[in-house]
Amino acid sequence: MIDYLLRRLLGLIPVVLGVATLTFMLIHLVPGDPVVAMLGDSAQPADIVAMRHQLGLDQPLVTQYGAFLGGLVRGDLGESITMRAPVRRVIAERYPATLELAAAGLFVAVLIAFPLGLIAGANPGGITDASAMGVAVLGISIPHIYLGPLLMIVFSLELRSLPLTGRGGIAHLVLPAITLGFSMAAILARMLRQSLLGARHAEYMRTAIGKGLSPVAALIRHALRNALMPVITLLGLEAGALLTGSIIVETIFSWPGLGRLMITAINNRDYPLVEGCVLTFALSYVVVNLITDLAYGTVDPRVRLTSR
Amino acid sequence: MRHRSPSLLIGAAIVTTLALLATLGPIVVHTDPLAIDLQQALHGPSREHWLGCDSIGRDVLTRIVRGARLSVTVAAIVVASSLIVGSLIGGAAGLAGGRIDGFIMRLVDIVMAFPGFLLAIALAAILGPGLRDLLIALTAMGWTGYARLVRGEVLSLREREYVAAARALGASGWRLLLRHLMPSIVGPLAVRASFGISSIIVAEAALSFLGLGVPPPTPSWGNMLQAGQPFLLIAPYLTMAPGIAIGLAALGFNLLGDGLVVLNSNRQ
Repeated sequence: MIDYLLRRLLGLIPVVLGVATLTFMLIHLVPGDPVVAMLGDSAQPADIVAMRHQLGLDQPLVTQYGAFLGGLVRGDLGESITMRAPVRRVIAERYPATLELAAAGLFVAVLIAFPLGLIAGANPGGITDASAMGVAVLGISIPHIYLGPLLMIVFSLELRSLPLTGRGGIAHLVLPAITLGFSMAAILARMLRQSLLGARHAEYMRTAIGKGLSPVAALIRHALRNALMPVITLLGLEAGALLTGSIIVETIFSWPGLGRLMITAINNRDYPLVEGCVLTFALSYVVVNLITDLAYGTVDPRVRLTSR
Repeated sequence: MRHRSPSLLIGAAIVTTLALLATLGPIVVHTDPLAIDLQQALHGPSREHWLGCDSIGRDVLTRIVRGARLSVTVAAIVVASSLIVGSLIGGAAGLAGGRIDGFIMRLVDIVMAFPGFLLAIALAAILGPGLRDLLIALTAMGWTGYARLVRGEVLSLREREYVAAARALGASGWRLLLRHLMPSIVGPLAVRASFGISSIIVAEAALSFLGLGVPPPTPSWGNMLQAGQPFLLIAPYLTMAPGIAIGLAALGFNLLGDGLVVLNSNRQ
């Protein structure tokens, strides 16, 4: 397992370098002058020159890229223009809130997806299957930007049972987590159903039922474990949606996380901070994918033994 | 045996309705989506204004219909350009094979290591709000999936006899790709495009919601939702109308995609 982990970590280096380079290119190569954007069209030429110098934008691109990578290795992401504080510190303050939200969203997704997928997969073609999958298609189609306000109307404004916005205890987390996790729940439930359908007719299921296990017990004890593999893969792929979904959900619920920080930074044209946020999100996605791969190796030992 | 799934029919019906709304809607509902009438501000649905009026008295129905045109146009252009860019790049990689394939696919991997919507947000933030920049940002998010799909299909098809025959007859790479390989890839591409349109409609709305899409006063479902949020308590219909519109549009294309999957598997 350690061997497998090391191989995976080594394989990560080019990906991280690629992601960092792409972030750099996004900020530095895309047409449009960030300094003019930051200072406004009426800025004095002297101010523009001073700001360029302060941000190091007057250096050749290669030098800028080198400085960017060097800073990255040291964990130095530059200075936020509007907050007048190191980008690293600002991000470190906000990141836990985003992790909390994403974890809660994931929890909600799994909590909804498993019963839904099992109900549908246990009895394909039946009325329970149709209704479970109906819920799932609805879940995939309803966008965060509508589900959030809808939940707010029902639970915060009409029933007055949950807080409207902000971060606090568990109660504050419920609506944002459901908003974030619901569409993922739907996608996972569909995948679980599909994968259970395949597993139902496997020979080991016939054996399990043949030796006297009830079909439901066989489904849960044997088919589910085998059906988990594609679900885990999907979980990793969808983690990106969970992270970027948090950008929207944080904006709707005034959740003080990285996503809201990024949108504020974009509106303030605080490019060093935008760059730091984009990079943090992208690297988080890379790490989540690594965790998915490791989970894959745990569920199915064949993966870590045969993969190069 | 032909087996029609209800998903395909319902999906096709919703998509057709949406297409009609986008093309003919603005002709039928010819009120001005930008006309301000402060006396009607925040008035709920009535006989004159079926879906009510927003905070400065603009007719919500008119704006929803205009928003449909924007949403559908953006999604169609983005999916078409993602499909073309992705197919050409993926097809080239698959046909070339070897080092070129390895290099191109590493690039695709790096772009894919970036969550798509994050890439769109970052690009939209740097390019600034506006229709053209929105299209570029959303295309950057979408093309990689098509590239992977087409490359995979080309790799599996390229050893088939009819492709070898065409190659032996002297067909060039591009001719091979466009004339002989693409027809076999159309099925899976159509499925992906259908789901793709759904996700682009949602992504466009989300970018507009975040203030990174088409800037107001041009009506888009996303910026309407955002503008309605402060009035959740007194005028919930302001968020409900665009919200349901986005949800229905996404549902339509998702169902259509589901139906196409069934159709494809039946064909095979």
